[in-house]
Amino acid sequence: MTLAATVGILATGPIPITTAAADTHGFLSPTGVEIAFLLVGLVTFGAAIVTVTTRQLVHAALWLVVTLGGLAVEYLLLTAEFIAWVQVLIYVGSVVVLLLFGLMLTRAPIGRSPDADSGNRWAALTVAVASAAALVWVVVDAFRTTWIDLDGPAAGSTEATGASLFQNWVLPFEALSVLLLAALVGAIVLSRKAKAGAATTAESTSAARSEKDPRTEKGSRSEKEGTR
Amino acid sequence: MHLAYPAVLSALLFCTGLYGVLARRNAILVLMSVELMLNAVNLNLVAFDVWLSKTAEETLHSGQALTLFTIAIAAAEIGIGLAIVLAVHRNRGTADIDKLRDTSERHDPDGPDSDALAAEQSGEAQKAEATA
Amino acid sequence: MTTTTLAVLVPLLPFLGAVAGLLLGRTAPGFVRPLAVLPTLTALVLAALVAARQGGDAAVDAATELTPTGSVPIELALHIDGFAALVAVLVGLVASCVQIYSTGYLRDDPRYPSYAALVSLFTSAMLLVVYSGDLIVLLVGWEVMGICSYFLVGHYWETPEARAASLKAFLVTKLGDVPFLIGLFALATDAGSFRITRVLGAVASGSLDHPTLIALLLLAGVAGKSAQFPLHTWLPDAMAGPTPVSALIHAATMVAAGVYFIARLLPLFEASQAAMVVLAVMAAVTMAGSALAALAQDDIKRVLAYSTIGQLGYMSGALAVGDRGAAVFHLLSHGAFKALLFLAAGVIIHAAGTNSLAAMSRMRNLRDRIPDAYWTMTVALLALAAIPPFSGFFSKEAVLGVAEHVVTGHTEHAPAAAGWIVLVAGLVTAVLTAAYAMRLWLLAFRGRGAEAPDHGRQPLTMTVVLWVLAVPSLALGGFAFRLLPDWFDGRDLSPTLTTSVLGTGVALVGGIVTYAAWRHTTALTARVPLGAVAAHPEGDAAQVEAEAIATHEPAYGDIAYAPDPADPGRLLLGPLHRHAAAGFHLDALYRTLFVRPVQAGASLVRFLDREVVETYVRGAGALPRWLGTAVRRAQTGNVQTYVSALLAGTVVLAVAVVLVATGA
Repeated sequence: MTLAATVGILATGPIPITTAAADTHGFLSPTGVEIAFLLVGLVTFGAAIVTVTTRQLVHAALWLVVTLGGLAVEYLLLTAEFIAWVQVLIYVGSVVVLLLFGLMLTRAPIGRSPDADSGNRWAALTVAVASAAALVWVVVDAFRTTWIDLDGPAAGSTEATGASLFQNWVLPFEALSVLLLAALVGAIVLSRKAKAGAATTAESTSAARSEKDPRTEKGSRSEKEGTR
Repeated sequence: MHLAYPAVLSALLFCTGLYGVLARRNAILVLMSVELMLNAVNLNLVAFDVWLSKTAEETLHSGQALTLFTIAIAAAEIGIGLAIVLAVHRNRGTADIDKLRDTSERHDPDGPDSDALAAEQSGEAQKAEATA
Repeated sequence: MTTTTLAVLVPLLPFLGAVAGLLLGRTAPGFVRPLAVLPTLTALVLAALVAARQGGDAAVDAATELTPTGSVPIELALHIDGFAALVAVLVGLVASCVQIYSTGYLRDDPRYPSYAALVSLFTSAMLLVVYSGDLIVLLVGWEVMGICSYFLVGHYWETPEARAASLKAFLVTKLGDVPFLIGLFALATDAGSFRITRVLGAVASGSLDHPTLIALLLLAGVAGKSAQFPLHTWLPDAMAGPTPVSALIHAATMVAAGVYFIARLLPLFEASQAAMVVLAVMAAVTMAGSALAALAQDDIKRVLAYSTIGQLGYMSGALAVGDRGAAVFHLLSHGAFKALLFLAAGVIIHAAGTNSLAAMSRMRNLRDRIPDAYWTMTVALLALAAIPPFSGFFSKEAVLGVAEHVVTGHTEHAPAAAGWIVLVAGLVTAVLTAAYAMRLWLLAFRGRGAEAPDHGRQPLTMTVVLWVLAVPSLALGGFAFRLLPDWFDGRDLSPTLTTSVLGTGVALVGGIVTYAAWRHTTALTARVPLGAVAAHPEGDAAQVEAEAIATHEPAYGDIAYAPDPADPGRLLLGPLHRHAAAGFHLDALYRTLFVRPVQAGASLVRFLDREVVETYVRGAGALPRWLGTAVRRAQTGNVQTYVSALLAGTVVLAVAVVLVATGA
């Protein structure tokens, strides 16, 4: 038994029809949707690579916007329109903004910073490439012949999503709202002191620190860069 | 559309995020990489949900529902994570992950000193609060 | 109460007194003295009662088996014949005297409670040895005495002499005890019982397979305990203990245990002619050598110690010629007068502030300071020199008479060779005994020079005891030689004419020659100033003695010897004096023969342990330590490194699982 068959049966379970239907489609005959998906996917992947390798921290956040936007387009191409808009709203709209705020509040340097990557980079690269190879190998081997039929009614239209969400997923949905509340409270508690400290003594402490301890020179330098 | 395309893209994005988590020094960049990984998973979920909803008669749209939940949880996570990073930055004066080595053997001079520094700073902060 | 009950109480009372004394010593110091004296006194009274009831009739035997102990049963048994009854009375008497004396002697000693308890325990052990009818129970008492002796000799453990002496006493007696134990086991295996009565029955029926081997093994233990040549070297050094301890342990009781043991099992020894000859040679060498050594000692207590060894030699000699009556007779009279000698010596040391005869011979009027000690010591020395009518005369005559009997072939118990050896050695020793007794008396009480230092009046407890003991020293022999045969084997103990004349004659010769020598040398006394006196004359006797012991070697250059040209012993012994003072270099010989090789072996073992074994141990420890260091180096605290390793492992595992699942 081959790996493909194993994972295929695991994934598809009692639906052997699709495998039979998918046999008619080959990699060499992509449709327009597939071409679009591939191109956008390349852009997304390239943006992701730049996000994790760029030396300019703010640029990383901006390249993240490109990545997340590309993913939203991919959702659209997969007919999951509601997810796509949620992606745009939440990720591009709020998460990246939050991250940018975070960068600014931690006085991240604007411009190229030579020490954006830690000394662990080569180990990280090895692990990432190895896991990528393993994952891609397994995934391709398993779903080489699986075909998604994108015709017909959209699988992820707002109507379909809303219906299933409020018919079948009400209880997790409500639990999630509690989680969000807890996160809200936690974030406030964690940053409350910061507000009190930052409001009154941010300047004086950092100034005193840079005078007192040469170890924090870097911090004060980044501060200067931030003001510049 | 071949299911392999979104699956492979998802795997590659996941590993990119993985690299970022392992290689980035700034904690906020690490958080960004975590977002990348989460999104890779989301893409996977959506792709499989779409595939299943076309092939099965009855579907709960569990993939999409889970994607939504993941997005919500990611939002919560990013809020908390940023709060933590800010707290660390306030106490330690840095948001660099490889400088936070309190769990190490005490060979490097940074460990205890940074603790002392933090204590000093919090003491100053309290003093400042008292004066304010 | 039955005789058995009384007899059980005799060893039990001092034991309980010892336990109570040890328990109450710190919390209730007021009870210590009564707890020390009263049980011992009661034991004396009870022992006398037992003796009166036993009355020399058939032996009292009682036994109870506590628990089955395998093939050869061990029983708590009593076997009280005339010997046991009388020796117990002697032990009780001496122990009581010593306890009373100690209350004065160690008046201010902070360690008095433990001291008194140990003396009580010692007394109890000795009484157990005396009364026991089972050899293993006897052995228990025997060993308890050994350990008590160790503690008591080391009473002044602040001084290095006492520490060394206590160790030496313990080790040398143990050296004899190991063959003793093996001999006991061999005996019990042959006889099938540890009971003395059954052992003697087996001997009588001739069912012993190895009598010579057993007898010689037992002799080794006896030589250790009774300080016979070649294991006698511990006894002179044991004089580093307090004087009452010397009197109790090293004169009257513990050293007598060995002789008493042979007396109990004499038929066993008689079964082996070889053992009897060995015993005779041992006795002869012991008495002659120790008498010579006694003549050269400077420490008054060492003189008495060597004298004790010599007198024990007499007893061994009597046993070697097969008469335990004479041996135990001498044991009794010697116990009385030797205890007296030691206790009087304690008084003298206290009064003079020194234990050195050379220093005493430079003091005027020492005898006027301590008239009680002077008179009683004179009596005891006369008894020691066997001058009639003192008790020593009769007992020693009994020994010599028996030897003469054997020589002339009147008895078949013992080989004639043994008789000759004992008789000749006994006569030689009689001369020397008289000589050193005379020398001791002259040097101690006829000194001239500065006035003796005033150490105040002696405590009443110390002087009264002297007179109590002077009575048996003076009169025991004369009354006893008629009565004792009833208690003993029935053999006649009255002095014979030949040996009486001979013995008394040589004793007188010895005394007179020594006196002449003293007249000759005493003029030198004034010309050669010498001596050291204790620094705290107001202290109690024990403190004075401890200081005297501690200062003897620094002041005179040797523990046993003083460079005193006025010593008559130096004139009498001539070139032999130097060797006699050192105990004929036996200690040095043993040191070369045994101690050095053992120490060399020990250092070899230490080297092997430190350098060889330790290296392996270190090597075994080093490898994990290096591994630990390497692993610790991985704990950088960098979370990213940790996660990298985690994920790398996960990837490897996942790939492995996939490969296994696909059967690749």
